[in-house]
Amino acid sequence: MKTIIVVGNGMVGYKFCEKFAAREESKHFKLIVFGEEPRAAYDRVHLSEFFENRDAKALEMAPLEWYADNDIELVVNERVTDIHRSKKTITTASEKEFKYDYLVLATGSAPFVPPIQGVEKKGVFVYRTIEDLEAMLAYAEEIKKVKPNGKAAILGGGLLGLEAGKAVMDMGLEPHVVEFAPKLMPRQLDSRSSNVLQLTLESIGIAIHTGKATNSIMGNGAITGMDFGEDDKLDVDMLVISAGIRPRDELGKTCNLEMGVRGGIVVNDKMQTSDPTIFAIGEVALYNQMIYGLVAPGYEMAEVAVNQILEQNEVVMKPEIDMSTKLKLIGVDVASFGIPYMPAEKGLSIIYENKTKGIYKRINVSHDGKTLLGGIMVGDAEDYSILHQMYLNNMPLPDNAEELIVGSRGEGGSAFGSAMDLPDTAVICSCEAVTKGQVCCSVLEDGNETMKDVAKATKATTGCGGCKPMVADLIKESLKTLGKTVKERLCEHFDYSRQELFDLAKLKGITDYDTLLDEVGTGHGCEVCKPAVAAIFASLYNETANRQETIQDSNDRYLANIQRNGTYSVVPRVAGGEITPKQLMAIGRIAQKYDLYTKITGGQRIDMFGAKLHELPPIWEELIAEGFETGQAYGKSLRTVKSCVGSTWCRYGMDESVSFAIEIEHRYKGIRSPHKFKGGVSGCIRECAEARGKDFGFIAVEGGWNVYVGGNGGATPKHALLLAEKVDKETAIKYVDRFIMFYIKTAQPLQRTAPWLEKLEGGITYLQNVVINDSLGIVDELDAEMQALVDSYVCEWKEAVETPEIRERYTHFVNSEETDNNIEFVSLREQKMPKEWA
Amino acid sequence: MSLSVLNTYASVAASDVKVWFKAAPISKFPKNGGACIKYKDKQIAVFNFTREGTWYACQNLCPHKMEMVLSRGMIGEENMEAKVACPLHKNTFSLKTGENLNGTLDPIATYPVKIESDFVYVGFSE
Repeated sequence: MKTIIVVGNGMVGYKFCEKFAAREESKHFKLIVFGEEPRAAYDRVHLSEFFENRDAKALEMAPLEWYADNDIELVVNERVTDIHRSKKTITTASEKEFKYDYLVLATGSAPFVPPIQGVEKKGVFVYRTIEDLEAMLAYAEEIKKVKPNGKAAILGGGLLGLEAGKAVMDMGLEPHVVEFAPKLMPRQLDSRSSNVLQLTLESIGIAIHTGKATNSIMGNGAITGMDFGEDDKLDVDMLVISAGIRPRDELGKTCNLEMGVRGGIVVNDKMQTSDPTIFAIGEVALYNQMIYGLVAPGYEMAEVAVNQILEQNEVVMKPEIDMSTKLKLIGVDVASFGIPYMPAEKGLSIIYENKTKGIYKRINVSHDGKTLLGGIMVGDAEDYSILHQMYLNNMPLPDNAEELIVGSRGEGGSAFGSAMDLPDTAVICSCEAVTKGQVCCSVLEDGNETMKDVAKATKATTGCGGCKPMVADLIKESLKTLGKTVKERLCEHFDYSRQELFDLAKLKGITDYDTLLDEVGTGHGCEVCKPAVAAIFASLYNETANRQETIQDSNDRYLANIQRNGTYSVVPRVAGGEITPKQLMAIGRIAQKYDLYTKITGGQRIDMFGAKLHELPPIWEELIAEGFETGQAYGKSLRTVKSCVGSTWCRYGMDESVSFAIEIEHRYKGIRSPHKFKGGVSGCIRECAEARGKDFGFIAVEGGWNVYVGGNGGATPKHALLLAEKVDKETAIKYVDRFIMFYIKTAQPLQRTAPWLEKLEGGITYLQNVVINDSLGIVDELDAEMQALVDSYVCEWKEAVETPEIRERYTHFVNSEETDNNIEFVSLREQKMPKEWA
Repeated sequence: MSLSVLNTYASVAASDVKVWFKAAPISKFPKNGGACIKYKDKQIAVFNFTREGTWYACQNLCPHKMEMVLSRGMIGEENMEAKVACPLHKNTFSLKTGENLNGTLDPIATYPVKIESDFVYVGFSE
């Protein structure tokens, strides 16, 4: 068995272990790792988070047990002091000797401390390890004891320096970032983007001083200030140096490996040093005369070294390393890729700057306008991934390249086109690093046809899930190229789309789930089809969630929103947000009686949290006695119709928005739909009710109401589109009736109106033809169906509290009167909240 | 909620049952749904899978966020393997093996169930 010794247990050293352990062949090797720090590898990139939680464990790359589970011997607190190349051994500070077959140097770097007079004074720190942070923290506490408004400076306005700025701010000191260059992050940003970033950082309390050369550090023993010459001084109580890195290459020097002129151990594209059994990776390695101070290239180097040691010799480092970065710096998106800035003779720039919003975007384009050379984004880096892909893959630019950063002018259009236009190397799922090629291959070659199968095979979508729509499109398009049409299929139990199932249930007059499953489905159902079918029954027959309770979604089954600790929240309807003082007092009294946490919701009503299951019926009994009814905050149904105060009080109001909102909320209350839907009514175009951010909205204008449909907030905000202009109230309601009914009948499960409208062929024009011009000849039917739903409303909570069999469901145990003793609360601003998850 | 609570649950095979705990009459359990019973310090979710004609029992604790909620989840079947979906985040677990079907969470403990004279009994090893 051969032995590999890894010197250094930082992020890159750990990555080597992780990648190595994942390989089948690794069992033929013994892996020993030495780390000089007292703990196992941790995430240095997010070091400043240590100040928020003081939890070193949270930063760990992997717990200690991980090393043992993978047969890796981890020796911490032990520095490797010598390499004896002729004997192939290393010795450690405690004079122990170990033999190796392969040696991997991942010693990383140390902070560069510039030779400034006074740098040895007390209160001057570097920013690199958790120990550095702990020392800073202790010193900051000392300062705060004697000085309430202590100041700390950070020398260096690069990435790490700005992070350190945030760290000292979190320690309660006033942060000042001092940068020698005339701009921040000089490698990544141009001057204008630096200015935008500076404004944003200053607005959150970080002072920025650029173009300052520090002559000396003042103070008698301990630091009291910095001297920039010519009477320019800054009084500070602490200084953190973050002025770049120097490779930790001592081991290479002492055993005569080939070194760079300014440090670093020279490696080839196999990550081999001048001794072929010794590899160097990460910030100690000098590749192409460069030290790469980013984590991503370090990880790539680890991958190459693993492959080389396992004799997969074809895996080598690319000649050019992409230094593109995207990060969230103190809550601000900052990204740069390719060549971030350049003189005009090399290319032309398109720049968008909006200081009011702290946004700066720049892309650099070749003179012929065909190629993207690089760019910068500050404040909004949403499109970074796709721009980065375009750059990496040399993709052709669209005719109007400016649309890449300012957005397309056409309604709903996208400058980026379809996901299929991306090259196979484009990373679709950034959490799991899955490329477009892998997703398509999983469909085309491995025969996976559903999102679920593709997710299982490739791990795409299993992280944050943000790439789901893109992956869905790729699957659909890939299947098309195989000549397969993608049949919308609810799940394995129903070979029909929701719309087909809706029509089948209606046609056959089926009213319960088991019959539907027996007649048109197979098997015994699942958590996908059960709630979808429940919603279909609700839309067809206005059946409440009480009758077939076990096919209802979690929240519908108990008519309440299940919250973090398994308790529920209670939301009575407050139509249009209008509530009387008497009703307010009733809610206050009941919330106090049951010790509920109360909060005003975004939908202009009051949410009461922390009710245990068995408390729900008595709470609702009291609410109903006070004249309230269910707010259906738990349902895929109408939530609220938000309104501004309207012409009854507002001096700008054109019409009575509150009265309209109340009327419309009562009209649609209790109607279940493929997803939740919300409305808004504004009394004038100032739009205080944000009606255009709702599934349907009415805005009063001179001569009537404008009707908007298909908007929402949430993860993908979308403004509603104009359906009809200046119509009277009755007409406005009629159009929205038909819109909602048409949506209910044809949308997919859990599809809100905005994506539904987006996928509707012909879009808003088609919808106008259907609901206004009756192009399908169905408006009479839609009107009748809507009226039937409106006429058959019942409050399902009233039904529940008045029916003993339903009330009986609200017990935690069926064999004991006890309640769940696992629910724990802690106090929060004079109220309570669930105890943190273990 | 802590891991120590999670560790109190371990699957019991039918052959290892020492105690058949008489839990509740079958009428307490909704058709094709579940309810929670208490046995000593344990919370056990019991499911009446009417469509299959079988009964299942498992820990009420979802190992994802350590909440006592599985009995309130929807049951169903995937390739004819009976499963329950946690009401909090829809993680699904096999009711036969306890295995997490749509992810890599730890398996849940399952327990044998028998029905005698319209009463539900759950099997424990202690």
